[in-house]
Amino acid sequence: MMKRYVYINDDELSQDLYCDNRISNRKYTILNFLPKNLWEQFSRFMNQYFLLIACLQLWPLITPVNPASTWGPLIFIFAVSATKEAWDDYNRYLSDKKANEKEVWVVRQGIKKHIQAQDIRVGSLVWLRENDEVPCDLVLIGTSEPQGICYVETAALDGETDLKTRVIPSACMGIDFELLHKIKGVIECPNPDKDIRRFDANLRLFPPFIDNDVCPLTIRNTILQSCYLRNTEWACGIAVYTGNETKLGMSRGIPEPKLTAVDAMIDKLTGAIFVFQIVVVIVLGIAGNVWKDTEARKQWYVLYPNEGPWYELLIIPLRFELLCSIMIPISIKVSLDLVKSLYAKFIDWDTEMIDIETGTTSNAANTAISEDLGQVEYILTDKTGTLTENKMIFKRCCVGGVFYGNESGDALKDVELLNAVTSGSADTIRFLTVMAICNTVIPMQSKSGAISYKAQSQDEEALVRAAARLHMVFVNKNVNILEINFNASIVQYEVLDTLEFTSDRKRMSVVVKDCKSGNIVLLSKGADEAILPYACAGQQTRTFADAVEQYAQLGLRTFCLAWRDLEEDEYREWSLMFKEANSTLVDREWRVAEVCQRLEHDFEILGVAAIEDRLQDGVPETIETLRKAGINFWMLTGDKQKTAIQIALSCNFVSPEPKGQLLLINGKTEDEVCRSLERVLLTMRITNSEPKDVAFVVDGWALEIALKHYRKAFTELAILSRTAICCRVTPSQKAQLVELLKSCDYKTLAIGDGGNDVRMIQQADIGVGINGREGLQAARAADYSIGKFRFLKRLILVHGRYSYNRTAFLSQYSFYKSLLICFIQILFSFISGVSGTSLFNSVSLMAYNVVFTSVPVLVSVLDKDLSERTVMQHPQILFYCQAGRLLNPSTFAGWFGRSLFHAIVVFVITLHAYAHEKSEMEEVSMVAFSGCIWLQAFVVALETNSFTILQYLAIWGNLAAFYIINWIVSGLPSSGMYMIMFRLCRQPSYWMTMFLIVAAGMGPVLALKYFRYTYRPSKINLLQQAERLGGPILSLGNIEPQERSLEKDVSPLSIAQSKNRSPVFEPLLSDSPNSTKTTFGTPFDFFQSQSRLSSSYSRNCKDN
Amino acid sequence: MNSNAPSSSSGGPGSADSSAPRRNSKRPKYSKFTQQELPACKPILTPGWVISAFLLVSIVFIPIGVASLFASRDVVEIIDRYETDCIPLASRNDKVRYIQSPGDKTCNRTLTVPKNMKQPIYVYYQLDNFYQNHRRYVKSRSDEQLKKLNSESDVSACKPEDYVNGSAIVPCGLIAWSLFNDTYGFSRNNQQLTVNKKGISWKSDRDHKFGKNVYPKNFQSGILIGGAQLNSSIPLSEQEDLIVWMRTAALPTFRKLYGKIEVDLQANDVIQLTLGNNYNTYSFNGKKKLVLSTTSWLGGKNDFLGIAYLTVGGLCFFLAIAFTIVYLVKPRRLGDPSYLSWNRNPGGH
Repeated sequence: MMKRYVYINDDELSQDLYCDNRISNRKYTILNFLPKNLWEQFSRFMNQYFLLIACLQLWPLITPVNPASTWGPLIFIFAVSATKEAWDDYNRYLSDKKANEKEVWVVRQGIKKHIQAQDIRVGSLVWLRENDEVPCDLVLIGTSEPQGICYVETAALDGETDLKTRVIPSACMGIDFELLHKIKGVIECPNPDKDIRRFDANLRLFPPFIDNDVCPLTIRNTILQSCYLRNTEWACGIAVYTGNETKLGMSRGIPEPKLTAVDAMIDKLTGAIFVFQIVVVIVLGIAGNVWKDTEARKQWYVLYPNEGPWYELLIIPLRFELLCSIMIPISIKVSLDLVKSLYAKFIDWDTEMIDIETGTTSNAANTAISEDLGQVEYILTDKTGTLTENKMIFKRCCVGGVFYGNESGDALKDVELLNAVTSGSADTIRFLTVMAICNTVIPMQSKSGAISYKAQSQDEEALVRAAARLHMVFVNKNVNILEINFNASIVQYEVLDTLEFTSDRKRMSVVVKDCKSGNIVLLSKGADEAILPYACAGQQTRTFADAVEQYAQLGLRTFCLAWRDLEEDEYREWSLMFKEANSTLVDREWRVAEVCQRLEHDFEILGVAAIEDRLQDGVPETIETLRKAGINFWMLTGDKQKTAIQIALSCNFVSPEPKGQLLLINGKTEDEVCRSLERVLLTMRITNSEPKDVAFVVDGWALEIALKHYRKAFTELAILSRTAICCRVTPSQKAQLVELLKSCDYKTLAIGDGGNDVRMIQQADIGVGINGREGLQAARAADYSIGKFRFLKRLILVHGRYSYNRTAFLSQYSFYKSLLICFIQILFSFISGVSGTSLFNSVSLMAYNVVFTSVPVLVSVLDKDLSERTVMQHPQILFYCQAGRLLNPSTFAGWFGRSLFHAIVVFVITLHAYAHEKSEMEEVSMVAFSGCIWLQAFVVALETNSFTILQYLAIWGNLAAFYIINWIVSGLPSSGMYMIMFRLCRQPSYWMTMFLIVAAGMGPVLALKYFRYTYRPSKINLLQQAERLGGPILSLGNIEPQERSLEKDVSPLSIAQSKNRSPVFEPLLSDSPNSTKTTFGTPFDFFQSQSRLSSSYSRNCKDN
Repeated sequence: MNSNAPSSSSGGPGSADSSAPRRNSKRPKYSKFTQQELPACKPILTPGWVISAFLLVSIVFIPIGVASLFASRDVVEIIDRYETDCIPLASRNDKVRYIQSPGDKTCNRTLTVPKNMKQPIYVYYQLDNFYQNHRRYVKSRSDEQLKKLNSESDVSACKPEDYVNGSAIVPCGLIAWSLFNDTYGFSRNNQQLTVNKKGISWKSDRDHKFGKNVYPKNFQSGILIGGAQLNSSIPLSEQEDLIVWMRTAALPTFRKLYGKIEVDLQANDVIQLTLGNNYNTYSFNGKKKLVLSTTSWLGGKNDFLGIAYLTVGGLCFFLAIAFTIVYLVKPRRLGDPSYLSWNRNPGGH
């Protein structure tokens, strides 16, 4: 069933058909919390693994240690995340309860009653007062305003802060306040969906109400849940969707968690360690069984029975499995979650990313993906509102072939235009009339008499304001009657129809009737290609096309304004079709567009209006810095090509000729696009080896064809090109492009500010929303929201880079310390008859992972390898993060080797220093254990780049805490290690052993690190040295902030249509990054590096 | 911080009013921590620092190494390996049967004191190839039972030495069952040398780990007899041989204290050793040694620490010298900008 029939005010019929208005955002109930939450947690592989280990440990025959050493941490970790979930869910429950128990006025059996919001049913008649929150989705049927309108604030729904008007359906117009209680009828509407811009339904009222015809309903006749009623005394409506089936409820949903590249790498490494562990277990298991059968039977004191159970062969391997289970650090998940939320907090707290104008702070809605910020390779950006301020200002115009504002740069100050207005030139007046009323703007007159405009489109507001400055003041809108004050006389128009703007039609029109003369006119405004081709026969559109061209060159947004006189009959005929189209339930948008087309032709073109949208502060600098950092920029805009190119030039996307070159891909047919694409690709391959800035420009139409038919060629182009400008693209194409880049394994970041960017933002690895003037829709869908585009630089270079570096260290270190202790256990098994004895006691093992080694490393969230200033000056350093140089199999191999080396050092020294009469199990165990703690403290210290007080506290305080805790435990007579630490600490040989372990363990590491640092330094090392010794680099490469604006004389770029060069120059295809991407880098060689900017475009390094 | 949190899973209308945009919302409180601007010390590995660190280590380590080597050399040690010599020639081809057979297995040996030995002289027995750290062995004990009288039946970990004829063994488990039972008697010039067997175990063990009112019960009364018998009228806390034995060794080669000789021995003194050779190490070819040793501040004779300190100190010294030479021969300015050209292929250095 695709439809639902809502019977108005019918207390019996629709009672049980649909859900009540109880809202539930909860994930759990009290009963299912534990099973559901556990099930969710155990769907992770790591957790399953730990659970298996913990269960195996319950078997006393095989467990080397007390089961508590795994169960303790495991339960702790589970409890932490379950508590977090429960707390979140409880808060959701509280807010649901508050909303559900809110009192509302509802008509029941013809009487107005006060009931709780959760008891509203579909078909109920709900009354709202001013400033009430709408409890469910309603179809408006009455308001206090005589014209049947009301105002709602939809900020909670779509983030748009302006007031929207909603009207009652024509059928309900004029129904008396008292009669509304008794209204009966049926609403035919589609099943609930989440589209908040569409509501295609019909209303039919039952007698005695005027029963003319089916009355079409649109979204303008509804007020949706969570909106607020404003500036209207009361309103009432029929509940059509309730509870979780409202438009808001349907669009709710938990988004898929994003996995960062770092997480993926950690998972991969965990998998490798797991395999390694299995190998160790198998080898040791076999060795153990062999030893048992050859040697252990001779050791009479072990008293092996001759006949064992059937599973006897498995016992030793399983013991080793348990012994080696610590190889995979149980604490890594918790530590990572902890530091990740701290990274996010640092973003929230950053005072340098506060938009001073609006006081908006930056916000990390997704706390889990900060590392990805440091690995971004492609940024896909919207133009309007993202790069520009989205503050539209009317600048120039061309009316009837006369250009205004060309000299001063501001048409409003152009004397000639003012003269034309005062002299009453017909063209100019009509031009101004279109500017003033061809829109959906609502004028609001404040008590002081000043008029403010509430507009959904910044462009419309700019036009209306400009018209007002030119004495054509749009004063009042009374339902359908518009009042215009022109030169102190009031002109009234009646709006007959509004042909709304859609991104397909690219124009909007209104049909109005002059109240005085009764003439009906169609006023249109829109993009040039949506207006100029429909000019009436005989009108020369050449001047206008030139004007559009000229304005676009300056980076202005252009609108063509047109006018058409309508005959009464023509309008009537069309009006019927329009009504019919508007009441279709299927494909309404398409039908309406078709009908509109029938009226929108034979235009009399009035002129072209040009609107400036200034670039935001710091945009060119930000883009330049990020491009230096090796990030590729794609600009995706709905704007026209010329404007887009102009903005791209002024934003530093492409350098002007001769350094830069733009390659156009265009064409209307498959063949044309194909040829164009081939040509561009060829040029791109050739110029790839030259230090030249090549970008391609593609428009929406060609893109559609390219993506559909030449996906492979286009993908190659995408890989080769550092910059692309895509104009005239739709929201879904934006998302497709993101998808394309993602499929090539690039890390993408999409940034935008408006509703049309939401899909792209959600699609990308990282979505960044700008808290813009187009509402908060993008910011809500995004992982990060920032106030201004320029904060992106700091977000990526500072926060992203530090997060990546810190996580890289933290995760590898976690493996290092777990492997260290595990290798010691393995080595010990060789001298304990390969029987699976644990050298360390349960308490130590548990505390090692959870306390002693996790605290010092957590403060690495404060570590900074380079100062923020240095990074900003040398953004190229980001390359190390992008290519994943700090966390990859070869760096991991380094840590693996280090842990093996340290394990051998600790083991050999301990056993030799504590040989013979000192060889007591508990003592040897604690000596080796303290050796590990000492080593790990020094390893953290050596790997820390900047020591704050917290680092000192954590590293050395932890070492002190180790002794204090162990002394306390040693003081308990019931503990296994009673008196052990006291005995050890009194022996000089214990302290000598510790120093020996530290010196022997750290000496080679320090020597190697020093050697590399001095003689094979990485760029990071060089900058560290320069920064801390105050070297000369600091003065190099200072980026001078430059003042740029659109007015600046940008040398126009000659767009080179790529020439067909002889194919001899075609470089070998093997050079293309795509084919080398899969090659594996040299293992162990972390410092081997390639230049990102070198001709080979070594993007393959990310796999190293 | 949820004031303007653009959460994609936006709540219902109830939570909507809190998530409605409040542009001029809370500003983050400025602090050095939140801005990640805590004052920090940023050390870098300059040649000066690294070379002096290595030099410092070598300067500290070499003297300590020398001192501990001297301490170890001062310790006088007499080691007598006897497991083969104490078997009559006739039984040497089947030692296991000899050791398992009943009868007197006394063996007399002579030891010569190489240097003056100051009292106390520690008497150790040393076992080789004996895996006290084997998992099956090391777990086979009941600490509860050793400590408390009423935990007698707490023998779950002691299998297979837990019950005999249905009643619990005290002390249970393989460790106690395999208690070492060779005996040593010393005499010098036909004069008995007293071996003090009091105080050879840890005081903490006697006081807290082994009960004063727990007496051996059903011990070594099964079919298989392991090691020594225990006098069932002496509480466990005074069975010091057992307490020493129950401190399992981490290595398959270990020494355990047998007793102390509290008189000085002169160089070239000849000591008569009367040895009860009872313990079976023959089935696994384990060595048995008797060790008489004095002690130093570092413990017994062990050259390892001294040699290791000298080696590490020497290597550090060598590294310091090497780094200095390399630094002088091939000086390299730290942070040299000429290495920081982004276009230069850094792989080529």
